[in-house]
Formats: sequence, structure tokens, C-alpha cells
Amino acid sequence: MPLVEVSHLVKEFARNAGLFRSGTRVAAVDDVSFTVEEGETFGLVGESGSGKTTTGRCMLRLIEPTSGEVRFRGENVLAFSRTRMREARRDMQIVFQDPYSSLNPRMRAAAIVEEPLVIHKLGTRAARRERVAELFGLVGLDPAHLDRYPREFSGGQRQRIGLARALALNPSFLILDEPVSALDVSVQAQVINLLMDLQQRLKLTYLLIAHDLRLVEHICTRVAVMYLGKIVELAPASVLFASPQHPYTRALLSAIPVLDPGARRQRIVLEAGSVNREAALREIARGHWAAV
Amino acid sequence: MPDNVLLSVENLTTVFDTSRGPLPAVSDVSFEIRTGETLGLVGESGSGKSVTALSILRLVQPPGRIAGGALRFKGRDLLSLGEREMREVRGADISLIFQEPMTALNPVFTVGDQIGEALVVHDRATRREAKGKAVELLRAVGIPNPESRVNDYPHQLSGGMRQRVMIAIALACRPSLVIADEPTTALDVTIQAQILDLLRDMKSAFNLSLLLITHDLGIIAEVADRVAVMYAGRIVETGPVAEILNNPAHPYTRGLLASIPGGTPGRRLRAIEGSVPLIGALPPGCAFNPRCPDRFDPCTSAPPPDYPVGPGQTAKCYLHDPASTIVRLKPEPSSLRESDAAR
Repeated sequence: MPLVEVSHLVKEFARNAGLFRSGTRVAAVDDVSFTVEEGETFGLVGESGSGKTTTGRCMLRLIEPTSGEVRFRGENVLAFSRTRMREARRDMQIVFQDPYSSLNPRMRAAAIVEEPLVIHKLGTRAARRERVAELFGLVGLDPAHLDRYPREFSGGQRQRIGLARALALNPSFLILDEPVSALDVSVQAQVINLLMDLQQRLKLTYLLIAHDLRLVEHICTRVAVMYLGKIVELAPASVLFASPQHPYTRALLSAIPVLDPGARRQRIVLEAGSVNREAALREIARGHWAAV
Repeated sequence: MPDNVLLSVENLTTVFDTSRGPLPAVSDVSFEIRTGETLGLVGESGSGKSVTALSILRLVQPPGRIAGGALRFKGRDLLSLGEREMREVRGADISLIFQEPMTALNPVFTVGDQIGEALVVHDRATRREAKGKAVELLRAVGIPNPESRVNDYPHQLSGGMRQRVMIAIALACRPSLVIADEPTTALDVTIQAQILDLLRDMKSAFNLSLLLITHDLGIIAEVADRVAVMYAGRIVETGPVAEILNNPAHPYTRGLLASIPGGTPGRRLRAIEGSVPLIGALPPGCAFNPRCPDRFDPCTSAPPPDYPVGPGQTAKCYLHDPASTIVRLKPEPSSLRESDAAR
């Protein structure tokens, strides 16, 4: 059984709605289905507006989806009551993109990391304090800095605080929403290494939402490409990068700048009309699905 | 100065005055841009790359100020020009493309008005002619239906289209040098590719020189002829793009390249330890020394000078001091960039 199973997920938003107008419905996520297996890193890639972030948030019900199912260990989390959902969130957590705006500037780092334990009423004060120090060590922060405020940390350290907070409740599944894109290049690699280490040590399963295709190729086992709210291609990472089948995937991969000045790549431009929006995903090779 | 040097920046130092004294955002920076050349200026946040660009246009606002050095453009010293003469240089001879086209464009004027303004201010067109010229420029930067788009407001355009409008404004007066500061950072990767292609096309069509400022070495590889790498306000390495990417000489440049995901999937990246220092708290000696895997005795004594390491390539690193008695093995370039062997 897959750890997470998303089926026919739809999220519609109203456009041009007003006091006396219901407006038109736009599907930001349009019938999206995929599974995430235990222990893997599943990549969700696409450009702005493709629906990848909305998909991630719907899975944790940070946004309520319009329809569809999200099964976690076989149970449909969309049918959970509020209390039951709160319980479930202990096991599924999210790390946000921007470590500058996602941490409360008025709380000390220790309190930020401890907060999930307080909300879930876990442990005595002393036990929680010990757990926070342990988490600091786990993500490579100096426990001497527990009482500092977020502004006293660099961007990379702040992202480590966000990660420590997400790990506080010992989740098995983490959604990483653009976890390094707000960081300096030289710091990104440290956080990427940390994410890979933690996955091994804590047996974590990741859903990585990212637009950086080099990062996705480096750490993902399987990848789904989203375009205008739909998954247009899904395959093991090595297969997707070696032989993309959907015209959008091809255009996207050909746009990655190549680090070799001698080999400026031929770009593939997505021609208007080359994407058949009605085409359904079909399995073109074992484990390789494409809407062509 | 050789004839083909368009801009020469000599020992530029730009400081920000604070209560604790002046902080050097740009320290003793020197480089040249030749006619028709693209120079890539690479650096992370706080490296001083944007302040360098603003200094060239003399747009640094207080408490920042240019504290020393010379800026020679077509043989003229920009620092000795009066404000009125400098205004004629801006936009007409040297123009600037910003990172975020939505904030750089004025939301209450049509794109035609904004392109026209550049032309009228610099006496390149009368108000009556301006609109027709704006349409031509929009067509040149690849905007479909320029006759109707010229009447659009910025919010009616996509991010990529807005950046094309910015480029049209920058090119309106046929400048000889365009400074592009992170021109594609706010854009999606497919749109980024189109804008980079457009910049390359415009460069040859308008016979431009380009100073391209970015944190992304992939973009550098795509468009730059030569590269200058900045760290903590100084240029730590400079050279032809192929040398910088294939035989980087400064440990910081090597670290930046090794930080880019690539190579065997799942393999740990060779990250640079620590984080970028604040300008107010630079370590003694080479500013990179606390993070440097190759640090040795001289590194903490004084900032290193430029050492030649190859044709047209220099590095501010004591590893390349010919007088140094310490023999060090240079890592093979292949081990640095396994990432691309696979591509």
C-alpha cells in the first residue's frame, strides 16, 4: 500500500465573483492523481500557476479541496473530523519556502520549535525543552542559540528552524514546498544535504514541490510534471529526464541552462496548440505515464 | 586604454555611512567591458554586485556613496560629470534592466507612454512620433500585436511580457551598454530561456555591450563571454567563461560550482560551509577564509591581491601566489563538475 494516495483531486477557485455574481469557476488543480510510496522522494514540478503548491496544501487540508480523495495509510483524510485531522497532522508536516516570513518574528527559536509539542500537549516542560535541544542538534543548529529570535539567524539557519519544527512530532511524511529557493546558492547545498541525511536517519517520505529541475533530478525517485492544473507526465526521475514524452516536459527540460558554455542547448519552444488538453494520462512504459 | 574598451571601472569603492563608520559594500573593484562583449557579474546576496551596477550609473542613494575609484566610459570620467550630463548618459548611453518588472514599471501609464518617455526625454522623438517608435520597439522585443499592446497597462501583461517591455525601454535610445540586474530571477524557467535568447538577439541586433548581474552560474554559461565573481564586496576571480566554469581557480568559485545539484543522483553535494558574512563583520584577511577548505597561514593576514592563473584569468587567492612555498594539489576539474559530464 502506498503511504499517500491522491485520487481525482480537484480544487476550484471562483474568478470574478462579486456580491451579486457567482463568477466563473477555475480549476487550479484539475483531476490530479498520484501515489507516494514509503521512503521515496516524490517530486511535483511545474511553473507558477501550474497548481503544484495548491495540490500540496490540499493534501494537508491547509486548503480544502473541492473534490477527490487523499488517502494516508489507507484512510481518506478529507473525511476526517477536525480533531481527527489534527491527530493526522502529527504524521504529515510541511516546510515552507520562505524562512523569512514563515517564522513568527516575536517568538524565540526554541518556542517556535516547541510549539507543535505544546499544541499536541506532549511531554512535560522539561521533556519538551530536551526534545527541542535534540531537534536543534538534528538539523545542525547550535543549541547555544535556542533563545535567539529568527532575525538573528541567517536564511539557511532559519530554514533549519522550520525543519526542526516540522520534525518535532516525529512525522513520517513531509511536504517540502520550495525548501531552498529563497536561499543563497552556497547555502542551498547545505540544506539539500541535510534533507537527504534526515530522510535516511528518520526514514522520512518526502513530497518535494519545486521549480528547480536540477534539484529535482538530484534527489527525487519519481517526478510528476504539472501544467495548468493537470499532471501531464509522471515517471521515475531517471526516465523522465532521459526521455521526456510530453511536449511541455520537453520544453521545460530544454529551458534549463546548461553549465557548459560550449554546449548551448537547442531550445524546444512549446508551440500553441501542441498540447492536447483533453488527452488522458496513459502508461506508455512501465511506471511512465504521459498525457499524449 | 585599448580602443575597444567601452567601460573601465578602476578601483571602485562604494561605502554606506553608518553610526559605526563607513561600511564598504564594494571594495577596490576593477574590470573592463569591451565593445560587443557580455560580462557576467556573479555573486550571492550582499556580495556588492547590484551596488556595483548602481555605482556605474551613479544611482547610489545616501547613506551610500562612491568613496573612491574611477569610471571611464568611452574615455570620459563619469565621476567628474555634472548631474545634468550624467542624466544624459543614463538611458541614452547606459541603460538598466531591473529584476522585478512589475515594480520597475509605472502602473498608471501605458507601456507606450513609458517607452515614449525615454525617447522624448532624450530628444530621440517628438511626442507625436513616440508612439510609432514604441510600436517598433515592442515588435523588436517579440511582443505580438504591438499596435494594440502599446496601449496596455503593465498589469495587463504577463511577467515575461513585462520584462520584454523593460528591455524595449532600455533599448529605446540605442545605448551602447545595457546593465541587466537579475533580469530573469522573477520568471519561470521557460520564460527565462526566452528572455535570455532575446537579450542575445538584441545584443547583436543593436551592437550592445552587456553587463549581466546574476547569482545563477547556469545563466552565466548561457550568455556571458567573460565572468567576474564577487564575494563580500570584492571581485575574487575573473576570466573567460569557459575557464571560470571548467578551471575555476578560487575556492569560492569552485564551491559555488560544486553546490549546484548534479552528478550521481542522491550523492551528497560538496557544499560550502557557513554563510555569507555581513559587510560590517568581515573576517581579517581574505573574507572567504572562514569558509574555505584550502585555508592556510597567509589567508588571515591580509586580503590577497590578484594573482594571474591563466590567460585573462586572475584570482585573489594565496594558493596562486608564485612565491608561496606550500605545494598544493589542485583538484581535477572533472571531479568538480561530474554534474555535467552526465548531461
